[in-house]
Amino acid sequence: MTSTVNPLDERDAKAPEYPMARAAGCPFDPPPALRDKQQEGPLARVRLWDGSTPWLATRYADQRALLADPRVSADINRPGYPRQAPMPPGGTGVSFILKDDPEHARLRRMVTAPFAIKRVEAMRPGVQKIVDDLIDELLAGPNPVDLVEAFALPVPSLVICQLLGVPYSDHDFFQDNSKVIINRNVTPEQRSVAHGNLLAYLDDLMGEKIARPVDDLLSGLAGRITAGELARDEAAQMGVLLLIAGHETTANMIALGTLALFEHPDQLALLRDTDDPRLIASAVEELLRYLHITHSGRRRVATADIEIGGEVIRAGEGLILANDIANRDPDVFAEPDRLDLRRDARRHVAFGFGVHQCLGQPLARMELQVVYSTLYRRIPTLRSAAELDRIPFKHDGSVYGVYELPVTW
Amino acid sequence: MKVTVDQDKCVASGQCVVAAMEVFDQREEDGIVVLLNAEPPAEQADDIRHAAAVCPAVAIEVRD
Repeated sequence: MTSTVNPLDERDAKAPEYPMARAAGCPFDPPPALRDKQQEGPLARVRLWDGSTPWLATRYADQRALLADPRVSADINRPGYPRQAPMPPGGTGVSFILKDDPEHARLRRMVTAPFAIKRVEAMRPGVQKIVDDLIDELLAGPNPVDLVEAFALPVPSLVICQLLGVPYSDHDFFQDNSKVIINRNVTPEQRSVAHGNLLAYLDDLMGEKIARPVDDLLSGLAGRITAGELARDEAAQMGVLLLIAGHETTANMIALGTLALFEHPDQLALLRDTDDPRLIASAVEELLRYLHITHSGRRRVATADIEIGGEVIRAGEGLILANDIANRDPDVFAEPDRLDLRRDARRHVAFGFGVHQCLGQPLARMELQVVYSTLYRRIPTLRSAAELDRIPFKHDGSVYGVYELPVTW
Repeated sequence: MKVTVDQDKCVASGQCVVAAMEVFDQREEDGIVVLLNAEPPAEQADDIRHAAAVCPAVAIEVRD
């Protein structure tokens, strides 16, 4: 009996591991292998931690088309979904980011109101005060200092606590547990424990909000529980999601953005010397595009056969949309590897695309506009207190950033 | 220029409001899109096309 090698099996055998590594000395650029894949073709096979070989889409236009395609599912419990990590023992409940419509829309629409543009704009003076007060404390404290602990993490943590109605005094507890959940290298058991801790904490808080509702997002959810529109465990799941997403991502953008600006002094000078809100808004979009901190790919699974550029993604096959390299697609952004705060970067996919696009993006944008327009103007001599190669980057994080950023002034 | 929006598809990202505040607004109760002007003047065309291009739910349709 002769054995023949199926060309598809051969391709699977050659599939490179994903996530891929960034190049040494290029901490702001996506992995070079992603760029190679983007140049080679629209789709490639990659190998995940569990040996599965989902498709990887690298080009901007294809990714947008797939993320907006109703034949593409975000349901983590569907067979073929390319999981980032092993399923925790006993499994965990998931909130709406890992569900499809109509369930996704039903839950998401319960929390969209506070993130509407006008509501977020109304929060701007309060955020400005938080930022100003933290800079006052920074200037009165030790020099040098770690910008992550002293500023980048407190800003979004204070803001999301206020919006949700979570006591900020618990920040050590929820930040420590969040860190475990979003680390790629922890065991499923560790992640499960951390998730359970946060879930129990949010469930307790929901109990308080049901008993004594006030004017915050969690009280709004409590009202829906009382009205029979929402289960208490669903509310707690949503609370965990919003709490983690609300501080981890923005904190990383603040610290990594500041470091990127230190490395591009002409761009830093632009921000330091302007009070033009259009330039500040443009700078935020460009930093979102350029840094693209959600570097683990958007994960999906096809529910029907989908043709892309001559290849067919079969129903049940996993899909990874590497938005980080889409934001460096030269067909969309000229000189994509250049940080240029004056360019129109508004089409970036840093918040994803499709119905799952980041719910908190108006809040994230506003917070970053306040931070980037204030920090360098108030501390014009702010600079890094460590060589670039001594700074610990979050290569092992599902969200990219820096663990520490020593700064001086 | 004629603009239509699909409130069922809308995911309340608010990007249309940022792009063209004269044409798009959001419902108070859930942030879903509200069309303020279905036949906006030509000088707003670029902003509206941009709003349609960045809408993550592809819920905005523009016809000339």
